[in-house]
Amino acid sequence: MADRQVEVLIVGGGPAGLACASAMAASGDVLVVEREQRAGGIPRHSDHTGYGLRDRHRLQTGPAYAEACRSAALDAGATLLEGAMVTDWTGEREVAVTAPTGRLTVRANAVVLATGARERPRSARRIPGDRPDGVLTTGQLQNLVHLHHRTVGGTAVVVGGELVSWSAVLTLREAGCRTVAMVTPHPRAEAYAAFRWAGRVALRVPVLGHSDVVRIDGRDRVSSVVVRDRGTGAERVVRCDTVVTTGDWIPDHELARTGGLDLDRGTLGPAVDAGLRTSAAGVFAVGNLLHPVDTADVAALDGVHAAAAIRDWLDTGAVRRGVHLVAERPLRWVSPQYVEPGGAAPARQRLLSWTDSLVRRPVVEAVQDDIVVGRFRPWWPAAPGRVFRISSRILDAVDPAGGEVTVRLA
Amino acid sequence: MTYDVAVIGAGIVGSAIARELAGSHLSVALVEARSDVGDGTSKANTAILHTGFDATPGTLESRLVARGYHLLGEYAAATGIPVERTGAVLVAWNDEELAALPGLKQKAEDNGYHECELVEADEVYALVPALGPGALGGLRVPGESIVCTWTTNLALATDAKRRGAVVLTGHRVGSVTAGEQHTTLHTSGGDIEASWVVNAAGLGADHLDSAWGHRRFTVTPRRGELFVFDKLARPLVPLIVLPVPTSRGKGVLVSPTIYGNVMLGPTAEDLTDRTATGTSEAGFEFLLAKGESLMPRLLEEEVTASYAGLRAAIDRPDYLIDVDPADRYLLVGGIRSTGLTSGMAVAEHVVGLLTEAGMDCRLRPDLPPPPQMPNIGQAGVRPFQDAARIDADPAYGSVVCFCERVTAGEIRDALASDLPPADLDGLRRRTRAMNGRCQGFYCGAAVVACLERSMAPGEGDGRG
Repeated sequence: MADRQVEVLIVGGGPAGLACASAMAASGDVLVVEREQRAGGIPRHSDHTGYGLRDRHRLQTGPAYAEACRSAALDAGATLLEGAMVTDWTGEREVAVTAPTGRLTVRANAVVLATGARERPRSARRIPGDRPDGVLTTGQLQNLVHLHHRTVGGTAVVVGGELVSWSAVLTLREAGCRTVAMVTPHPRAEAYAAFRWAGRVALRVPVLGHSDVVRIDGRDRVSSVVVRDRGTGAERVVRCDTVVTTGDWIPDHELARTGGLDLDRGTLGPAVDAGLRTSAAGVFAVGNLLHPVDTADVAALDGVHAAAAIRDWLDTGAVRRGVHLVAERPLRWVSPQYVEPGGAAPARQRLLSWTDSLVRRPVVEAVQDDIVVGRFRPWWPAAPGRVFRISSRILDAVDPAGGEVTVRLA
Repeated sequence: MTYDVAVIGAGIVGSAIARELAGSHLSVALVEARSDVGDGTSKANTAILHTGFDATPGTLESRLVARGYHLLGEYAAATGIPVERTGAVLVAWNDEELAALPGLKQKAEDNGYHECELVEADEVYALVPALGPGALGGLRVPGESIVCTWTTNLALATDAKRRGAVVLTGHRVGSVTAGEQHTTLHTSGGDIEASWVVNAAGLGADHLDSAWGHRRFTVTPRRGELFVFDKLARPLVPLIVLPVPTSRGKGVLVSPTIYGNVMLGPTAEDLTDRTATGTSEAGFEFLLAKGESLMPRLLEEEVTASYAGLRAAIDRPDYLIDVDPADRYLLVGGIRSTGLTSGMAVAEHVVGLLTEAGMDCRLRPDLPPPPQMPNIGQAGVRPFQDAARIDADPAYGSVVCFCERVTAGEIRDALASDLPPADLDGLRRRTRAMNGRCQGFYCGAAVVACLERSMAPGEGDGRG
């Protein structure tokens, strides 16, 4: 017997979870459980502008955007349980929650997982060497600087060449720490032009492309790193007192896994259909748990999009369906993984995917049973380090009765 | 003041000795070079409570490991040190290893351990279905268990302190002056005088031994690198999977950890630098290659942490415990990784030697009860799961470290304990905070803030 019964339980009060709560609250009892002291998610820690364009149609700072998402959910009538953590499943659509107010079980007619993603820390990246102070992820850096108003070191090496890597550079600069090198495995030419310009001119960050940090040195505090060129094997020592490992995202999929949900091997998040239904009946997933990581506004629009399928489940008991999509290299993953031809389109009529190498003028093909059933030529490149978006119209001619569909770059 | 006994080194062995001696009428100082107890070799071992089945029969080590297994098992039950009775299986991957198994069973018998059982390959796979292909057979050792080495060290040192021992961290012994009645230890924290000195200095025991004019052994730091895998890998490894030692050397083990993770390692590399606890590219490659054949499925999981520990290997095949009554000096050397298990038995043995040397080490009647240690093991009930405890104190319902589910109440308790942490690593060893898969992505800043609120203003930031 659960301590509390709700219509919709949303696990995670970041942009995706809060947007879903806003969209669902009008039609029933919605509870959002957020483990941080205040809902809002990762944008709460990112005190720079660039948030809210696609969902709120204005540009805001991260904290302002996070607060707007939180207020919208409350105004819509959702209940927020903050500083509370869902720790385990105790049954089908039933979970255990730890909060200062007590330990309780919550049972819901529909559960939405919106647990987001995290950066792989140094250990998961398997960077050897000493273990001194001064090695951080972007998340920890932003937390220290923005929420706790702390200083970091004086000179930093940033590991990674993703969008978030530049966010780390900005935060370091704000904290009075100069980025002396950005080390990325991607060849120099493959970084996007806008960021190359930003890096070299605006932020004056030397980019060491096609390279890896292969060792961290320092007894108590970082003293230097060793950077190795992937092509020549040449090594150089870069002196610094701070190392920020950025990007290399992995979804926070613990509940998805312990709940026995079918996971996608590429995203490592739950495999979902266009309505964002997972393999478990009545369990949905939204946001960067599904596509690590896209921008906050895209995550939030997932939350809005999922509302239709959640209502459908509550009304009719509809479960995950569609033809299976698989990504072919250099695409690492495509999301959603199931699409129903003629059925509901995915969020924003886009498939989201991730490429491991740069293709400047990509032609995306959808192939079913050895036949190319759709082609898409975006005007944007497929570039590593950020989500590559594909029009879902590419799937219009997919045969609902046919085999799985491969999404590839021609 | 002049102490009756100064024990140098607050690792497991030194703490156990100080605890035992502090239970008598003697005054005891536990002298530690580092800023915290258990911050040397004791903090980074494979954390296995050994039956002693594979020790060399007839050695002091064999006897003390077997005795220590029971002593620590009982002490753990009394204090709440986390222990999981998982059992172990040695797995043979080639004919040489398979042929060695009956001899190992006999060795166990010779060591007084009679529970070992030879098993066929299909039984090995029934025990550990995720094992890679090619296992030919195995030897079950049901008594091998996993234990929390950090809590063990803390419990022993806390108990020593409550029994009256003075714990002097940050006192690195530089030189020694021997006097007629007492010995003076010149330390980085000032001079300490004691009638008797016990050298339990681990990696530094041979250097310290030379201060009494001895040249009887050399400690070689043997580096062992380890990978700790994500908790989601834990179901793959229900028990300790041990390699079969052969002429071609020791392999690596795969073991569940007491914190609910999986450990792969260690490497074994003899070094000269006694502070070289860094990890290496070669070590990582070696472990990944071993892991690939042992349990390929494991490598699909995330690595939560990698670390390197130094074992105090010495140039002789047994523990070196020797009393020198004329100098009122006792050496406890060469206590290798088995010291976690044997520590309390070593202490018992040391007390026996000191008694023979004329000291009155009889226990006082009014000893305080053993300390109740917070449970940081995954198997027991942790505060975040304990409804009654949260109702009584909401701080146990406030999860600060999400990955390891460490609550504000536990962090507060650690900071207010008899032996509070000196730094972030000390807090990690007491609570598990920041030891999880995100390594501080979410909680790092909050945990640092908790630590700093409890201390004098200082600098610090996250540790990766």
